[in-house]
Amino acid sequence: MKTIRIAAGAGYAGDRIEPALDIIKRGNVDYMIFECLAERTIAQAQIEKLENCNKGYNPLLEYRMERVIPLLKMHPLKIVTNMGAANPVAAARKIHEIACACGLSYLRIAAVEGDDILNEIQQYYDLPIIETGGLLWALARSIVSANAYIGSEPITQALAAGADIVVTGRVADPSLVAGPLMYEFARSYDNYPFLGKCIVAGHLLECGGQVTGGYFADPGSKDVPELWNLGFPISTFGENGSMVLEKLPGTGGLLNTQTVKEQLLYEIQDPANYITPDVVADFTGIMVEDIGKGEVVVSGADGKPNTDTLKVSIGYLDGWIGEGEISYGGCGAKARAELAGEIIRQRLKMLDYECREFRIDMLGVNSLFCGAMSVGTEPVEVRLRVSARVETERQAQVIGREVEALYTNGPAGGGGARSYVRKVMSVASVLIPREVVQTRIRWIGGVG
Amino acid sequence: MKLYELAHSRTGDKGNISTISVIVYKQENYELVRQKLTQTLVQEQFRPIGATKVERYELPLLGAFNFVLFNTLGGGVTRSLALDAHGKTLSALMLDIDI
Repeated sequence: MKTIRIAAGAGYAGDRIEPALDIIKRGNVDYMIFECLAERTIAQAQIEKLENCNKGYNPLLEYRMERVIPLLKMHPLKIVTNMGAANPVAAARKIHEIACACGLSYLRIAAVEGDDILNEIQQYYDLPIIETGGLLWALARSIVSANAYIGSEPITQALAAGADIVVTGRVADPSLVAGPLMYEFARSYDNYPFLGKCIVAGHLLECGGQVTGGYFADPGSKDVPELWNLGFPISTFGENGSMVLEKLPGTGGLLNTQTVKEQLLYEIQDPANYITPDVVADFTGIMVEDIGKGEVVVSGADGKPNTDTLKVSIGYLDGWIGEGEISYGGCGAKARAELAGEIIRQRLKMLDYECREFRIDMLGVNSLFCGAMSVGTEPVEVRLRVSARVETERQAQVIGREVEALYTNGPAGGGGARSYVRKVMSVASVLIPREVVQTRIRWIGGVG
Repeated sequence: MKLYELAHSRTGDKGNISTISVIVYKQENYELVRQKLTQTLVQEQFRPIGATKVERYELPLLGAFNFVLFNTLGGGVTRSLALDAHGKTLSALMLDIDI
């Protein structure tokens, strides 16, 4: 039976590179995917591109490719990545430049374009925003990016045309894996059960180490060895849709049915209807099984016809956030932190400070669960955190300044004041008709 | 008994929605958790966080449940003032539920 081995090389924009290099050297894999885009990342990348038309791709692209590409001479696997972010063509050019410097100018690099629909977004202002139900009109003046989640077909096409490296923008994460599988096994795009299995394979790989023991450890109940040396996952996918997960021997981490189940259900809503651009995957028949040697078999994934819409992620400027923090310790720490919070409240009232949203937390007491969980003991240290969402940078700076002023004007023994100001880039989503998004492939390199 | 003793959990986020899995360590406890860990109980636990609606999906073959909690992320990951804007720590609040 024909099988294809695909590995994860990154599970998020800033992920470690060493596990990927280890797999390239001794993992005997056919493909490696680097998943590096979150909802907001592409909006930020779009702003970079506006400032410099040669930028707007993943900031670690060079760092990663300078280490990965030299290894491809000895280990000629293919790479699929969404590190193109807002500018896949510029990313492909940069990869080609690195390839040439490594003496691999023959590598054919395909940039997938077409997810960026910013120029057409005004046609969709009367669509409802998924998150709020309001119309997109409300955000019209603040929109900075609009990217449709595209599926795996352009990746399949690029590979069929001979690509060694495929660089995309906003492709749905699991489609990075579905693309190579659909190409290798030459299945039709209306084979929904098979597509469903490909998407599940992608879903399990897309977060890298999160399926091999990362984000899992809880000493005493869920112990994981050597997380500093976490091995990333490799999936061996068969032409019958079978799927076996492993990680390299000698790496840290853990791969068992528990780690696989946690990742399988990660960020899905209705498990019977996991909507992707390629297929609506059904997870309800999935079974996972330890087969020894650290390998886990995943079976029973299914799929149904895809929807006639694509989700568009719209980045928009949403004001500023100002934050200030200061710590109190020892006897009465919590009471002093509470007093400090009250001082800030009164001060902002005196200043007629206007904000859209305001919040005071005590780290160590109520910052994570809003008081929903309480241990009842007096904490030995408490960090006060004040935050506000406002219209302007200047208003945002006020928060940090007021918190810092607690040194000489506030309760006893405050220390370690810090302030932060950041521009808010928010994301809204709408659904547009699938057929309006046209993808195309730009070829870079492949000479000599 | 805390759910922590029977199950493990991971949180994800989508917009202003938290998705929290609950996976039993032993299949023999699945039915007990199915009966006790109702949507109502979970919504009660997450009310201080802002949960306005909770959906529960059952995955008996995996010995797991998937909970979808609405409006728990302070208006959404990108604009929330919460320290943990993604709500990644909320799995611990789920496992703190008394069964």
